[in-house]
Amino acid sequence: MNSVVETHELTMRFGGVVAVNTVNFSLQERELRCLIGPNGAGKSTFFKCLTGQYRLSHENGRVLIRGTDVIGWSTHEVVRLGVGVKTQVPSVMNGLTVQENLWLSARRIHGWTGADGAVDEIAGELRLTDVLRRLAGELSHGQRQMVEIGVVLIQRPWLVLLDEPAAGMTGNEVERLIAVIRRINESASVIVVDHDMEFVRMLGSTVTVFHQGAILIEGPAVTVLDDPRVREVYIGNRAR
Amino acid sequence: MDYAGVVTLEILYMIAFLALTSAGLAIVFGMMRVINLAHGEFVLLGGYATLKCSQLGINVYVAMLVIAPLLVGIVGLIVERLIIRFLYGRMIDTMLATWGLSLTLIGLVTLYFGPSAMSIPAPIPGYQLGTYQMGGYNLFIILITTALFAAMWGVLRFTRAGLIARGAMQGPDVVAALGYNPRTVYMVTFTVGAALSGLAGGVLAPLTGLLPSSGGAYIAKAFITVITGGAAVISGTLSSSIIFGTINQLVSFAAHPVIGEIAMLALAIILLRLMPRGITGRFFRDGT
Amino acid sequence: MIAWQSVGHMRWGWFLLSAAVLILLPLVTDTHTPTLLLIYALFALSLGMMWGYAGLLSFGHSAYFGLGAYTYAIAVINIGESTGPLLLSMAVPAVVAAVIGAMMFYGRISDVYMGVITLVVTLILFKFMSATAGDAYAIGAARLGGFNGIPGFLTLNVPGYPELSLFGLPTYYISVAALLLCYLLCRYILARSFGRVMVGIRENEARCELLGYNVPACKTAIFTLSAAMAGLAGCLYANMAEIVTPAVFSLKQAAEVLIWVIVGGLGTLIGPILGAMVLSYVKFLLGEQTLIDNSLILGVLLIVVVLGIPSGVVPALIRVWNRYLRRKRKREAQGAARRRLGIPSQEHP
Repeated sequence: MNSVVETHELTMRFGGVVAVNTVNFSLQERELRCLIGPNGAGKSTFFKCLTGQYRLSHENGRVLIRGTDVIGWSTHEVVRLGVGVKTQVPSVMNGLTVQENLWLSARRIHGWTGADGAVDEIAGELRLTDVLRRLAGELSHGQRQMVEIGVVLIQRPWLVLLDEPAAGMTGNEVERLIAVIRRINESASVIVVDHDMEFVRMLGSTVTVFHQGAILIEGPAVTVLDDPRVREVYIGNRAR
Repeated sequence: MDYAGVVTLEILYMIAFLALTSAGLAIVFGMMRVINLAHGEFVLLGGYATLKCSQLGINVYVAMLVIAPLLVGIVGLIVERLIIRFLYGRMIDTMLATWGLSLTLIGLVTLYFGPSAMSIPAPIPGYQLGTYQMGGYNLFIILITTALFAAMWGVLRFTRAGLIARGAMQGPDVVAALGYNPRTVYMVTFTVGAALSGLAGGVLAPLTGLLPSSGGAYIAKAFITVITGGAAVISGTLSSSIIFGTINQLVSFAAHPVIGEIAMLALAIILLRLMPRGITGRFFRDGT
Repeated sequence: MIAWQSVGHMRWGWFLLSAAVLILLPLVTDTHTPTLLLIYALFALSLGMMWGYAGLLSFGHSAYFGLGAYTYAIAVINIGESTGPLLLSMAVPAVVAAVIGAMMFYGRISDVYMGVITLVVTLILFKFMSATAGDAYAIGAARLGGFNGIPGFLTLNVPGYPELSLFGLPTYYISVAALLLCYLLCRYILARSFGRVMVGIRENEARCELLGYNVPACKTAIFTLSAAMAGLAGCLYANMAEIVTPAVFSLKQAAEVLIWVIVGGLGTLIGPILGAMVLSYVKFLLGEQTLIDNSLILGVLLIVVVLGIPSGVVPALIRVWNRYLRRKRKREAQGAARRRLGIPSQEHP
């Protein structure tokens, strides 16, 4: 049982609000997991705790990535372990071309000479070849998301964290995204954070449901998504 | 005992000086995130307006409390219409354009009033505190500043205009949602900020004298005070004025005025390093 | 290797042509003013590199210019030979910048807050240096001189031979060499990974960090390098002026270099250079004593540029030039197409 990600009693507070409440989470090698939950449930905060986007100390608990405790690490140090992160808001370098975006990412892993080849390869896979020379800022939201995914994947991470990757994508793009995620999962562990149940259903992986900062339930998508407790958490009092 | 009194009064004066000269800049920064680098020249214009009025025989209190703010307010309005309103959201560009404006105003002032220093006599005589001769006018400035900030607080808390202003500090969408045109709100804000700068200049003119280049001294300190204070107009400006004024004067008395100034500047760096959003970015949230 | 369109590339033709012009200039004119223009150009280049490509705006870049000037003067008075002081005039600003930069960037300070801190640094230096009158304030044999500054120090000499002064025409050529070499250095950096990471940081700092780049370290490095270049310019300035006063740290100096860069064109290397040279020359023509003309014109110019040509004059000119080239190519292509199809070329009625 190789766990790729583990959290022990992870807790995160903002002022008086407990956003993440003593969460014990674990992800196995090559697993694909979706974290879902309504807005404010703590999924994104949890996600940011994993990626070093908060200055954490051991008071917050422990976060182990492939056995290494990364509490207190800064973002770039976590990334250098081999973790790829796609943030909630599409974050690419708008003033650079798609090709330059991909190159900058590729260069760190593939070096100066290998980067160009890697760029062409990823661009082909993600159907970005036609827009390589366009400025990233000029693309549609969905295309920018794809560029960001490309930028993350080109580093060949063995753990990939995606926060709302399908947001703003067209139906075709979503299908392509699902295929890409499945392909990544062949060689890397993946955590997808999303609140769109349909997307999660299409991915069909194990699901962890967050509610009020803690894990409510965990299990295969088919069972969890139809569980009445999950429905209630999402739909809340509307059904009454 | 008297010495303690002197030091206290000097500290109060310094706090008042910083708060008064920063008020206009703080309003404009706190509400619109605009940094007006011509603020120092607005203050200067208030001083020169007061000078001109007193030369024309107008009562000096009327000149500094009424005419100076009015005139500089109008200048501010013109500047907002011609320059600032095209640059909202572009903080750096606004700073550069207002820097250009500051140079332009210095040039115009030098052209009209000449490059040499001018002065207005202080209308309030000095008094004795024990063995020390004190300037009576300093007390007046402390009083005016207190009154001004109390008035600002009152307006923001209790009037409808103040409510709109506090809404504007949260963002232009809030203002629009309330049914007011953000552009109009900004125009009025900038004008008011300019008027306050003019008031500061008018009030301070008898003490500081007038030189075309004095604007530079005002803007540097005001800029530092406002940014370190953070976005909250009243509590931010007052907090940083109190901290800087106190340190400045204490170190000046203990060592040397220049060291006092340097201590204040060094403290600014330390504060910003510890609280990157300014004092009120961290502690106070409601915007006043 | 695919060129990055975002950093531009080395145009050897223009570079060699400019170098030739600069080298031959002394044949047609006195070199006193051109030396000053070159020094200002180097100063502007240092800020333009940092601001235009890494997005780091320093409001008080005059601090490093001044530190370079003062370090040279103080060091040469104490050492008696100019090679060490020349190197120190780059090292001291670099070290100071490294400390301040690390403090700011590891503390996640940027934008306007960085502006305040950098401004405060130059103000502190200005106030401090202005107050150092009297014999008590001296570093080694060098009296700091307060507001009046430090006069009468040894200017650059042939390394190792303090008697062989390089004042006058040789100073001009040294300035030319400094500017050309620093320009080449900047171009080189931009063509390498470090330069591209810099641009990435400017575009989206958070994303760069998520790519695994140590952003605070990169920012500190570029700030240090920029300070070293500014320090070199300061050292040359001290040599040219033969006196250093606290004015080098002043708000006015800090404002001027910013204006040169913004008017010349942010995001290019040549923009700040030309901005500095042209604006300084214009100021020189207007005369130092008429503060009116000087401030007024500079001020109005700045306003006009910010409102009308926010990216600066050089990029605007480049855009106009490119548009002209595109139209020309389109006409030629159309002409060639018509010839291929046998359509007679249009006669103008």
